[in-house]
Amino acid sequence: MKLDSKIPEGPLAEKWTKHKFNLKLVNPANKRKYDIIVVGTGLAGASAAATLGELGYNVKAFCFQDSPRRAHSIAAQGGINAAKNYQNDGDSVYRLFYDTIKGGDYRAREGNVYRLAEVSVNIIDQCVAQGVPFAREYGGLLANRSFGGAQVSRTFYARGQTGQQLLLGAYSALNRQIANGKVKMYSRTEMLDLVLVDGKARGIITRDLVTGNIESHSAHAVLLCTGGYGNVFFLSTNAKGSNVTASWRAHKKGALFGNPCYTQIHPTCIPVSGDHQSKLTLMSESLRNDGRVWVPKVARPGLKAKDAAAIPESERDYFLERRYPSFGNLVPRDVASRNAKNMCDEGRGVGATGLAVFLDFSDAIKRDGRSTIEAKYGNLFDMYQQITGDNPYESPMMIYPAVHYTMGGLWVDYNLMTTVPGLYALGEANFSDHGANRLGASALMQGLADGYFVIPYTIGDYLAGMPTEKISTDRPEFKEAMDRVKGTIDKLLTVKGKKSVDQFHKELGHTMWEYCGMARNDAGLRKAKTKIQEIKKEFWSNVNVLGGNNELNQELEKAMRVADFIELGELMVDDALNRSESAGGHFREESQTPDGEAQRKDDEYAYVAAWEFKGEGQQEVLHKEELRFENVKLTQRSYK
Amino acid sequence: MKITLKVWRQRNKSTKGQFKTYQLNHVSADMSFLEMFDVLNEDLIQKGEEPVAFDHDCREGICGACSMYINGRPHGPQQTTTCQLHMRTFKDGETITVEPWRANAFPVVKDLVVDRSAFDRIQQAGGYVSINTGGVPDANVIPIPKKIADEAFDAAACIGCGACVAACKNASAMLFTSAKISQLALLPQGKAERKERAERMVAQMDSEGFGACTNTGACEAECPKGISLTNIARMNREYFVASLSSYEIQLKGGD
Repeated sequence: MKLDSKIPEGPLAEKWTKHKFNLKLVNPANKRKYDIIVVGTGLAGASAAATLGELGYNVKAFCFQDSPRRAHSIAAQGGINAAKNYQNDGDSVYRLFYDTIKGGDYRAREGNVYRLAEVSVNIIDQCVAQGVPFAREYGGLLANRSFGGAQVSRTFYARGQTGQQLLLGAYSALNRQIANGKVKMYSRTEMLDLVLVDGKARGIITRDLVTGNIESHSAHAVLLCTGGYGNVFFLSTNAKGSNVTASWRAHKKGALFGNPCYTQIHPTCIPVSGDHQSKLTLMSESLRNDGRVWVPKVARPGLKAKDAAAIPESERDYFLERRYPSFGNLVPRDVASRNAKNMCDEGRGVGATGLAVFLDFSDAIKRDGRSTIEAKYGNLFDMYQQITGDNPYESPMMIYPAVHYTMGGLWVDYNLMTTVPGLYALGEANFSDHGANRLGASALMQGLADGYFVIPYTIGDYLAGMPTEKISTDRPEFKEAMDRVKGTIDKLLTVKGKKSVDQFHKELGHTMWEYCGMARNDAGLRKAKTKIQEIKKEFWSNVNVLGGNNELNQELEKAMRVADFIELGELMVDDALNRSESAGGHFREESQTPDGEAQRKDDEYAYVAAWEFKGEGQQEVLHKEELRFENVKLTQRSYK
Repeated sequence: MKITLKVWRQRNKSTKGQFKTYQLNHVSADMSFLEMFDVLNEDLIQKGEEPVAFDHDCREGICGACSMYINGRPHGPQQTTTCQLHMRTFKDGETITVEPWRANAFPVVKDLVVDRSAFDRIQQAGGYVSINTGGVPDANVIPIPKKIADEAFDAAACIGCGACVAACKNASAMLFTSAKISQLALLPQGKAERKERAERMVAQMDSEGFGACTNTGACEAECPKGISLTNIARMNREYFVASLSSYEIQLKGGD
């Protein structure tokens, strides 16, 4: 299979403009003859569904939550990047492009990343027009803050709830189209399979989570906006329901999966407190603007936050400031996480488990006053206190890295189309723009860029060449997919084994974190592969799913998701094994610089790894899309 | 900690529900309330009993999915979401009663899960600014005084959990509806449609079967995001002004 990225020729800055002109258009009268399915209603899905509805297409939108407003984009805290240069501090579209491609450790496409930077400015305009209450200065204009991996202030924010406000903006646009009858919304409905007719994506199979009804929906194109797969680790900052099922079923129907091993481990999360832990909570990266990260110079096992003030300045190691004087505490996430892990591996971690470092605001409070810090981070400080019982105004926070985001996802071309014609992937569900590491405040930017400003153009090019006739869901392709889904459900309900779904999920998560987490090596990955195969085998013979299909059955929902996570886990391990270089969030211990930084091998691995499913239990086949860099020079990433 | 739980169990919308009592002997003070329910459900599965259905997702206090009525208060004793409530708030040996939200407009789906789609329909009635994607002015063209922007933000912080309805003896949705009306009435972007918005959203709210407001303030006291009662006052003002000079009425007399 030849992977064609469809990046337009010509100078970087003109590619998107030129491409938009060359795309075919669907005339307004014909748009109403096309049906489009949008799965997921986060930033990418809600913005796409609303915008396509506005254009005149008939949209069916699906989410598994009880309301589209609860998609996990809602939880994003820190902000959204845009090259507005409102601060007059030297920002530009090119600089945002450059920071993002460097931040991704040169494993993303130049053309995609430049387009992302280009449309970033439109996103802010759009959101403000919707009534999104971004933070403002006293003069009434928009405020900005700085974020990791950048030396300019280009991050727009709404206190620590930027994702919430952006999603509610997109949700409001979606509601308007629902009211107009252009979008039909299906809540508490989960996609369980993709339907192909003549090799094209023509529909999906869903389960109504309240009644258990298995339903077919046909359309002219299908958009997956279903987020990332961080929950493969069981513990992550993702919502409990976040899952890979839609993407994975599409993968098994022929959509190649790109760079599955690229996982983002976020440096500032609240550490694990015990075995009961069900998820991890992020503390926004914006805290690193004012918080200083440190551990004691000499190991102090069990050091508590309230005793931290007693450690004199001379006995503290502000390791990020020491190692990276120019970026200091604002190094990118992969670098900050790895350094925190190293400190803990050296035994200098703090707290009861030794798996934590301090994030200290005492200097910032002394400098700016408590009220200033409260205005910036009040809700985050409250959340921290609620969860841990400690007061971060008085003692430092304790933080530790946690799985947060997955840069990998379905392989898409410049038009966001997967290798299955008519099937698109948007937002975190695709692999495209962040390379091997995503910079802070770039996920919201990408989700909205894809939904508001890319797909509305590119989908027309595909639909314009398609007959408008609708396709019946009575066709055998739908029936066959439906039978398979019902078969899987029956199988899960009849195993009646001894272990709960969560037990399997925790075992899988533990294996992934241990061997395919912040640091990976050949031997560990091989061990993980065997272990995951064992988990899979036991799952299908010993899982216990109570209740039936024809009712709200949360255990059954979980079981189907975990079954897919197990298979994905094995592919992540395969991908991590194949990529024996370090790049961004993917750190292979065999490939590091003398001072422990990620060492890329550009001659061998400057490609996108796209995996093709070959059948149950078969080894997946690797396809390579070579990455061409014409504008940036590949260098060892340095934040020193 | 040892905890006794009295939990509402109800098969579906059309069957009658009842309380069932469960004993948990190894609850950690660091657990969140939902993690305690995870432990309960694992216990039940091991015993072959069906686990308790409850809504939850982000477990960070922002998605608004979790919705338990704990010891007679929505989200329990603290002004937070259930997912952010931790067991250290309770005493060893305590008995905790857990029910679903109780309101006609929020029918029970199963156990502690209710149907809150009425909230979506209220938003669909007018909780937006009617602009399409593209063709909007530069974000800094309209300066908005910080005070106004902050106040709009305070209203926009609503997570749509429904605690206000559950707390209200009339099951009124005024706090929820007023939060959106306020946000958009305060901001210049929302001004063009403020009258129809107030009329339509209030009409939808009424048609869903939510009760009226009698100013007891229970909603504000229980709101995990601190949405202020002032918003209800503002909504009433918006609605009153709209009903005096409704855009629809003017249209009929116009062209």
